[in-house]
Amino acid sequence: MTDTSRGLPERPMSPHLQVWRWHITMACSILHRGCIVGLWVGAVILAAWAAALAAGPDVYAGFLGVLGSPIGKLVLLGETFAVFFNIAYTIRQTFWDTGKGFAPRIADMTGAMAIAFAVVATIVTWVIAGANGAF
Amino acid sequence: MSKNDLFQPIQFRTPLSRARGLGASRHGVSHFITERVSGLALAPLSVWGVFAALKLVGADQHTAAAWVGQPVNAVLLSLLLISALIHLSNTVQVVIEDYIHRFTSKSALVIGNLFVCVLAGAVGVFSILKVAMTVTGAH
Repeated sequence: MTDTSRGLPERPMSPHLQVWRWHITMACSILHRGCIVGLWVGAVILAAWAAALAAGPDVYAGFLGVLGSPIGKLVLLGETFAVFFNIAYTIRQTFWDTGKGFAPRIADMTGAMAIAFAVVATIVTWVIAGANGAF
Repeated sequence: MSKNDLFQPIQFRTPLSRARGLGASRHGVSHFITERVSGLALAPLSVWGVFAALKLVGADQHTAAAWVGQPVNAVLLSLLLISALIHLSNTVQVVIEDYIHRFTSKSALVIGNLFVCVLAGAVGVFSILKVAMTVTGAH
């Protein structure tokens, strides 16, 4: 939180985004950071949903109206993807924590699998939501 | 680079910075472990959260309140919100620290992140308990 490195020699930094060649592991890393920030907003939406539920039928209906609007649906679609990608990424990181899965071929494969899982799970979830009367 | 070298970030610290006890203020590891462990808790809870959301799609306030009124749902929903906020306040703080370099903006954002997460947790858990207690009391 505080800038403790002032006055000390510059430390080596990781290469900036612009000098990296795009590849799946870095794309996953950036996508996951984006998802984390998105989920932060999602957690606030979840707390707001609980508050609207506690505030009574009228407020709750109004809140659902906002969530059900085109922009609300777009946000929820993004949140769904972020939730599933984060689940897959957590599993991937847990293997990394044990020192496994760092070989480039494996890391590429698990990254691609995480994205594929998130896309498929998001589509399945929204198809079920549609069948449950979301539209 | 051998496998062991990956786990020795200490080589990037100057002897002076180590002597001063600066750097990560000696709590970088606990921050990292909090991230990992809250992430592990969040993964199964968020799977449950998706099922819950699918169950409540299109439900009116009465139905949704009755659902939250069931003890298992009230507890799991609170745990989902709390573990998510612990995980996300920690991870978003790292994102802020990585990309915002001006001391004042960085500090303001880190503090704002913490305040919003604690507020969302307090409002969310209070609301869940209020709904749960009211619904059970009515039966």
